[in-house]
Amino acid sequence: MSRARLRAAGLVAPLAVFVGVTFAVPVVLMLVRSVYDPTVADVMPETLARLEEWDGRGAPGEPVYAAAAAELMRAADERTLGQVASRINRVQSGLRSVLVRTPRLLRETPAGARREALLDIDPDWGDPATWHAIRTAGDALTARHYLHAVDLDRATDGTIGRRPEEERVYLRLFARTFGVGLTVTALCLLLGYPIAYLIAHASPGNARWLLALVLVPFWTSLLVRTTSWIVLLQTQGVVNDLLVALGLVADGGRLALVHNMTGTLVAMTHILLPFMVLPLYSVMRGIPSRQMAAAASLGATFAQAFRRVYWPQTVSGVGAGSLLVFILALGYYITPALVGGQSGQLISNFIAYHMQTSLNWGLAGALGGILLAAVAALYLVYDRAVGIENMRLG
Amino acid sequence: MTLSPLGSRLARGAYLAVCGLVFVFLLAPLLAIVPLSFNAEPYFTFTEGMLRLDAEAFSLRWYREVAGDPVWRRALANSLLIGSAATVLATGLGTLAAMGLASRAMPGRRLAMGLLISPMVVPLVISAAGMFFFYSALGLAQTHLGLILAHAALGTPFVVITVTATLSAFDRNLSRAAAGMGAGPWLTFRRVELPIIAPGVVSGALFAFAASFDEVVVVLFMAGEAQRTIPRQMWAGVREQISPAILAVATFLIAFAVALLWTVEWLRGRVRAAR
Repeated sequence: MSRARLRAAGLVAPLAVFVGVTFAVPVVLMLVRSVYDPTVADVMPETLARLEEWDGRGAPGEPVYAAAAAELMRAADERTLGQVASRINRVQSGLRSVLVRTPRLLRETPAGARREALLDIDPDWGDPATWHAIRTAGDALTARHYLHAVDLDRATDGTIGRRPEEERVYLRLFARTFGVGLTVTALCLLLGYPIAYLIAHASPGNARWLLALVLVPFWTSLLVRTTSWIVLLQTQGVVNDLLVALGLVADGGRLALVHNMTGTLVAMTHILLPFMVLPLYSVMRGIPSRQMAAAASLGATFAQAFRRVYWPQTVSGVGAGSLLVFILALGYYITPALVGGQSGQLISNFIAYHMQTSLNWGLAGALGGILLAAVAALYLVYDRAVGIENMRLG
Repeated sequence: MTLSPLGSRLARGAYLAVCGLVFVFLLAPLLAIVPLSFNAEPYFTFTEGMLRLDAEAFSLRWYREVAGDPVWRRALANSLLIGSAATVLATGLGTLAAMGLASRAMPGRRLAMGLLISPMVVPLVISAAGMFFFYSALGLAQTHLGLILAHAALGTPFVVITVTATLSAFDRNLSRAAAGMGAGPWLTFRRVELPIIAPGVVSGALFAFAASFDEVVVVLFMAGEAQRTIPRQMWAGVREQISPAILAVATFLIAFAVALLWTVEWLRGRVRAAR
């Protein structure tokens, strides 16, 4: 390697290592969690080994019961029982309490056949479905979470089918997230194009001030902007007060503008609008205003001149801005969480929910994996078309 | 023009009205927050007194409440500590990397750029979730150090992008001339290259600081009570006990944003002047 190559690589290396350790590895490990979960396999290896010999029909033999009893009691001592129980419960709900209760009650039963003891504790121990659930949860390498993330499920006989109607949540959620992304992108284009045109063709003095009006919200904290939309849009808020004062809305019939999908759309459009205006502005600034005048003097109407002369030259800016807004919208979390209510939640909100509340980390990883794949694919397109280095940051 | 002068003037008026409405939409949230933060009553809307511009309807009570509240003061201290430490780390590592990336000799340039930009690309919830697991296993969750490292990682892409952009306009002959006169690489960097790219480095640092100062998702996942930052406290304010005190904080943050914007624009002028 030449000296120059070595020097360049040496300059990049410290940051590459830093980003690798503090960021990339954590994200990759989180995605690995969605296909690899050794919780049950680590705690119940003997039980799982014994279950290999089970034919899957009827209750298994005494060796399986003995191994399960011993390993559950050890798990209770080592305080891993809770995790194991939740993991198995996710395969078959209702088993959590059985699993948590069993070691405690086992301690009170005299030594002897474990099969009878377990069956005494709960009849579920005689149900083949319980053992199927343990065996499924014991599979450390699993596609289950990805199946779940697209509303599919693997039955005990291995066939893959759709989940029951009331459990089909995530395809609809992905569709909603894409829908919100597209709507917000369209709204930003609709609102951003006219003002980008105004700024691009204003006198330099005016352009500076108008641009500052776009940039101040851009630099303002996301939380401040989200909070202000709550203040403006809530039932007793400024917009509703104004509508009532103008007589457009009865005092009793105030509009629900926030904590629903409307809130999410309004706040996200507001926050993402500058990302649309800035690339449009840079493209439009390069178009001489004389061109439109020339088209008009040749007999074109405004609409013709715009469609045939102006618009084609802005398509690259429209593409760059739309792609950027759409990508950013797909990953939005804070704004929907605060102003979205029930109907305005997006995929990121469910990832956070499974991370923090349901503690279904595998599913969180699978949903995250799908979202990340979509975002990464769109970024590759963006990088090809615009170049990430050329992104204008404010 | 096929439009009559009157029609054309009407069309122009309508167009300007549309633009005006868009600007109102952009600024309304900020314009509403600032006066409401001076509300003497604990309401989130304009009282009749405020609309009549009664001096008594306005007060500084929410500012006093925030300034006297140890929770908010600790949040400010945390934000400043985490933000500035993360900025120093991100700026140092990011500037070095940008200098390497700007060199034509850099092997695997696209791949390296992809890795270094990734903290900006990956949706924050995914980054935060991954960091939470990893940092917990290392005992870094719920520590200031953990948040500093996380925010530094999230801030580096901004430094890399701004410094790379500044370096693309940098005249390499200056470095060669310095080397020709006997300066070593460090002396060349310190006396020739750094002063020229300094505005780009400083804007990158400001971006990194702003990113940390406004970041809440990683903080939500990783911070304990003792590491709560201003955005985290605002989140709690909106979610749990909504009080006009957060409007006072919001107004402070808007002023902060204007100051940042002004500085970055000024630096951008310096970069342009250096070309």
